[in-house]
Amino acid sequence: MSQSAIVYALGEKPLFGPGDEVRILTRSPIGHYRVPIYLRGKVGIVESVIEPKGLDNEEEGYGRNAGSKRHYYRIAMPLKEIWPDHVGSPNDGLRIEIFESWLERI
Amino acid sequence: MSEVGHDHPHVEISQSAPPGYYEIMETAVRELLIDKKLIGADEIRRQIEVLDSRTPALGAKLVARAWVDPAFRARLLADGRKACEEEFDISFYDDTALIVLENTEKIHNLIVCTLCSCYPRPVLGLPPDWYKLRPYRARAVIEPRAVLAEFGTIIPDDVEVRVSDSTAMVRYLVLPRRPDGTEHYSEDQLAALVTRDTMIGVVEASVERATP
Repeated sequence: MSQSAIVYALGEKPLFGPGDEVRILTRSPIGHYRVPIYLRGKVGIVESVIEPKGLDNEEEGYGRNAGSKRHYYRIAMPLKEIWPDHVGSPNDGLRIEIFESWLERI
Repeated sequence: MSEVGHDHPHVEISQSAPPGYYEIMETAVRELLIDKKLIGADEIRRQIEVLDSRTPALGAKLVARAWVDPAFRARLLADGRKACEEEFDISFYDDTALIVLENTEKIHNLIVCTLCSCYPRPVLGLPPDWYKLRPYRARAVIEPRAVLAEFGTIIPDDVEVRVSDSTAMVRYLVLPRRPDGTEHYSEDQLAALVTRDTMIGVVEASVERATP
């Protein structure tokens, strides 16, 4: 590594970028959560990284804020992915912002 | 809109039912916070005044300006919060971001908060009651076209219905399409066409639906 190379802290740079295919994790945390149950386990595409980083709402709900800033992502998925028997245009879609800790790369 | 008139009969407005569980809890927590000097009654009143000062008229001004000023429209779409704060002096009093969603010939946007009642309050004020109730919150993501049809909004099949579920730190505002035949309207005349519901996305802006 050259002397001038900047090393970024963990969580400082977004883990995902536009176009990445991601799955919303299937987790069942107890207490305050901000990821609706109907989307857990669903697959979507990262449409954009939301800047700047934000607090993890779920930690914030308990007053734990320090060090928990990470990126939210605007995730796109077709309604057909969520509801296989969706009636309407196959182009109909959903957008939602999801905190980094709820996503896994496919 | 007919519901804004006040020529309908109704029973005397009073509170006779005993307070519910959450009402009692809110009162208890509020009194405890004040008693422990964590917040003051003045702060609560001030925040209520902040919320009361925000109405759909603010959002309507943003939309009208975006319709007449392409450069502003671009800035509003790039960073909604920044455009509000720097060009309209509309403050955001919290850590939320604002994403403005532009309706086009190919995309019709609709906003909802399935978890609770997240809403672009800094630019629209308090949400309507139906926005906070479960039927809208659930159905907007399950069958948005059926919900839209109940508002009288029929979206052709070749237009994508795009539902944005606001759940964490982002708030959404729909930028409706400018109605045809308004080429000679002033900015103020255009703003009168932009109702609250057009900025939620349940109806389209229309010259027949102007606010007085």
